[in-house]
Amino acid sequence: MTHERKSSILMSDAPVVRDGEAILHEARAPMARRVSEPSRRAFLTRTLSLGGVALLSGCSLDDNASVESALTRISRWNDRVQAALFRKSVLAPTFPASAITRPFPFNAFYTMDEAPVVDEAEYRLELSGLIADKAPWRLDALRDFAAPRAAEQITRHVCVEGWSAIGRWGGVTFADFLRRIGADTSAKYVGFKCADDYYTSIDMPTALHPQTLLALTYDGQTLPRKYGFPMKLRIPTKLGYKNPKHIRAIYVTNTYSGGYWEDQGYNWFGGS
Amino acid sequence: MTKSVPPAAQPPVRPATVQPWWLRVTHWLNVLAVVAMVMSGWRIYNASPIFPFRFPNEITLGGWLGGALQWHFAAMWLLVANGLIYLTTNAASGRFSRRFFPLTPRGVVRDLFAALRGRLTHDDPRHYNQVQRAAYLFAVLDLVLLVASGLAVWKPVQLGWLCTLFGGFQGARLVHFIAMAGLVGFVVVHVAMVALVPRTLRTMITGR
Repeated sequence: MTHERKSSILMSDAPVVRDGEAILHEARAPMARRVSEPSRRAFLTRTLSLGGVALLSGCSLDDNASVESALTRISRWNDRVQAALFRKSVLAPTFPASAITRPFPFNAFYTMDEAPVVDEAEYRLELSGLIADKAPWRLDALRDFAAPRAAEQITRHVCVEGWSAIGRWGGVTFADFLRRIGADTSAKYVGFKCADDYYTSIDMPTALHPQTLLALTYDGQTLPRKYGFPMKLRIPTKLGYKNPKHIRAIYVTNTYSGGYWEDQGYNWFGGS
Repeated sequence: MTKSVPPAAQPPVRPATVQPWWLRVTHWLNVLAVVAMVMSGWRIYNASPIFPFRFPNEITLGGWLGGALQWHFAAMWLLVANGLIYLTTNAASGRFSRRFFPLTPRGVVRDLFAALRGRLTHDDPRHYNQVQRAAYLFAVLDLVLLVASGLAVWKPVQLGWLCTLFGGFQGARLVHFIAMAGLVGFVVVHVAMVALVPRTLRTMITGR
């Protein structure tokens, strides 16, 4: 909010008069001045809109383009702060099986019966970008790769809305997979495209975090459709919307590519 | 409450500054930050209420969850930076100990009863009675609690120790909500008192 200048617009410095017409003239003067000076009117309007916030309305600020771009810039600054706060050595808390939330909530931007149906035989995981071995992966090849390196965790999924739930995900450490395909781990971003048209991207340090899983199972079972069949990325150091489900393509890049919710205003880093 | 009366034959001087400029600036910046944080926080709360009620959307800021989060995480920088300036200047200048202490439960009760019987005088605005001291200290400490629990909700993994201190993620969320309710309660009383003694509003703007 910028105030162009301070002014005492409503003050009249006219001397006291008793004549009727003069009184009328005096009364009109401040009004005439207000109308004839658009910058003062602008200041008044702005002051009033600021007062609007104080009066708990706030509406005038929501759809203001400059406010929006300022908020986006601060959100990018928050990305940088969170990246600086992030420590690969800091692990998310893990829980005993008894703490698992049952049933684990379904959460998406669509209803459960709208979740994509992925055909196991047809499925190919596509790889692109800064990756040495871009050959697509069949689901059984992924399972064969994961089996000897099996990793499983019971962690808390924290939703940006404020609720949280504890679940049990199994698969392979994403860092293992990135190394296997020869991903350039000095690149900035890893992006995901999903069968439900969802997309997101994460920072490389988070992708390499020891708890970031390429999850193929939920609670010991093949990952069910409602939780992201055939696979999801499970990142316990990030908010829920940074955990893409039904992944069909992975790319490594140095170009920022945002995400489904991120492009609408959610913070990109989304760390926890 | 006893206090010294200035000698009658003092030469006319400019009225003494009741609130220094830095206090007035940090106070009003704090008002902006708190209003933005509370209103956007209500919108965030509405996305997944802890209690069986929601705040009317008309009194929230941000338009939707994503917008509210943007406001919340933008205003938080103002709240924290401004709060640190307030706390360090207040402590370093000695104002903190001068204005807020001594403070005893007995003194608070005494002044509260005096106020309720209309026997609490307001003739020296530089002097806070014990009820004021307790209320302003509550606001300061409550804001510290709000920031700490907010950090725990924001970074339950990276600041896991802080989150554990509040009893885990949901515990930190609950503390954050209760601290918000406490602050809003303070603001209601605070604004009501200003309405009763309008001179204090002028003091907080001009310093005199």
